[in-house]
Amino acid sequence: MKPPPFTYHDPRSIEDAVALLAEKENAKLLAGGQSLMPMLNMRFVLPDDVIDINLIDGLSYIREDGDDLVFGGMTRQRDIEFSDLVARRCPLMKEAILNVGHRQTRNRGTYGGSMSHLDPSAELPSVSMAQDAIITVQKKGGSRDIAMADFPMAYMTPSFELDEMVTDIRVPLWPEGHGYAFVEFARRHGDFAITSSAVLLDVDGGGKITRASVTVGGVGPSPLRVSAVEDGLVGETGSVELFTEVAEKCREIDAMEDVYAPAWYRQHLAAVLTRRALGKAFSRAANGTEMILR
Amino acid sequence: MSDRRTISVTINGETYEREVETRLTLADFIRHEVLLTGTHVGCEHGVCGACTILLDGQTARSCLMLAVQANGHEIMTVEGIAPNDEEMHPLQQAFQDNHGLQCGFCTPGMLTTLIEFLGDNPDPTEREVREAISGNLCRCTGYQGIVAAALDAAKRLQGRAGA
Repeated sequence: MKPPPFTYHDPRSIEDAVALLAEKENAKLLAGGQSLMPMLNMRFVLPDDVIDINLIDGLSYIREDGDDLVFGGMTRQRDIEFSDLVARRCPLMKEAILNVGHRQTRNRGTYGGSMSHLDPSAELPSVSMAQDAIITVQKKGGSRDIAMADFPMAYMTPSFELDEMVTDIRVPLWPEGHGYAFVEFARRHGDFAITSSAVLLDVDGGGKITRASVTVGGVGPSPLRVSAVEDGLVGETGSVELFTEVAEKCREIDAMEDVYAPAWYRQHLAAVLTRRALGKAFSRAANGTEMILR
Repeated sequence: MSDRRTISVTINGETYEREVETRLTLADFIRHEVLLTGTHVGCEHGVCGACTILLDGQTARSCLMLAVQANGHEIMTVEGIAPNDEEMHPLQQAFQDNHGLQCGFCTPGMLTTLIEFLGDNPDPTEREVREAISGNLCRCTGYQGIVAAALDAAKRLQGRAGA
């Protein structure tokens, strides 16, 4: 297997990269290469031009900006894994990143690349959905922000245009003491998950849930927020019975079917993993109580 | 017609300058241009781990990089692990002593992966070793010998560091 012939470009600035994107009709951006390179090797994609953005300075960073963390599009998954800032302020992402491929792929793979590829069970898009991230995309002559809720357009298709590139991802943070959990089921460690569940909870001094975010990955064409579960949690006091009952609503999600798993199995996993994630998140919340849900 | 570039890549301390097609993968560059065939190519889409090399000290799948992307960088392949032609690296010796290989196809990827891992985590648990090599497929050993070798190597390397 060899990549098909293409013309290679290695721009040194975002401006040069987006100018190339505007000019070339059938071009692909090469970020960490952990998805595009296999697709080139297998000739699933046949671009005339490959625009390598690895040599652009200033696209890889993790910055604290008020109550947000801002990530450059070329920030490597490895840098997220080893960031104290991420571990402290965005523990859901830290827990999720350990499920992203293997060390060898996290050394190269990027946040912006994962968002652009938008695999339905990829961890970083799920975390971005859970945290209501805002994605900045740039094209020749301007940039715009896309809310994560509007970012997926279809299966593996983000809503930005072909002449736009992801430059940064802004992740709003939850207050200190929030509960979090990322749980997934994959056939082998490091494989794409069949289904995942990402949960964030705010819990008040009386054990009452004041805010909830529940996202399932791998079930629909893109990561999905499950508002039926979220609505069933807010205003309630966390308990094994509550979490067991509301997680069942995941069985009503319209689920994908493919060679790996039928729809009913994904719905089942979504309910089980969400139940476990809720218990884990509530246990971790500063005002929560320890509980284990099987 | 074909898109070509001249690149300069340092592999195991030696610098190689070659004109290559831009679509050439780093794995094929190492094997076919530099003729270092210790790096093995299994799946060619980033799943088997046999082609793992160290790029500036960090592991990467060489089938998932273009050779042009290694321009100006330092690479270590399995040929660069042993200190010289006579001696083996303690990790290699541990593989031999613990039956960490049979056919040897996955071995270069296992060794490069474990070089980085043991550098970051000099005293790992068995579980951590298994997770570290979860991106490397072996069809012979059932992994037992490899895990034993990695744990043994960690002890040997620590002993060496302490001496």
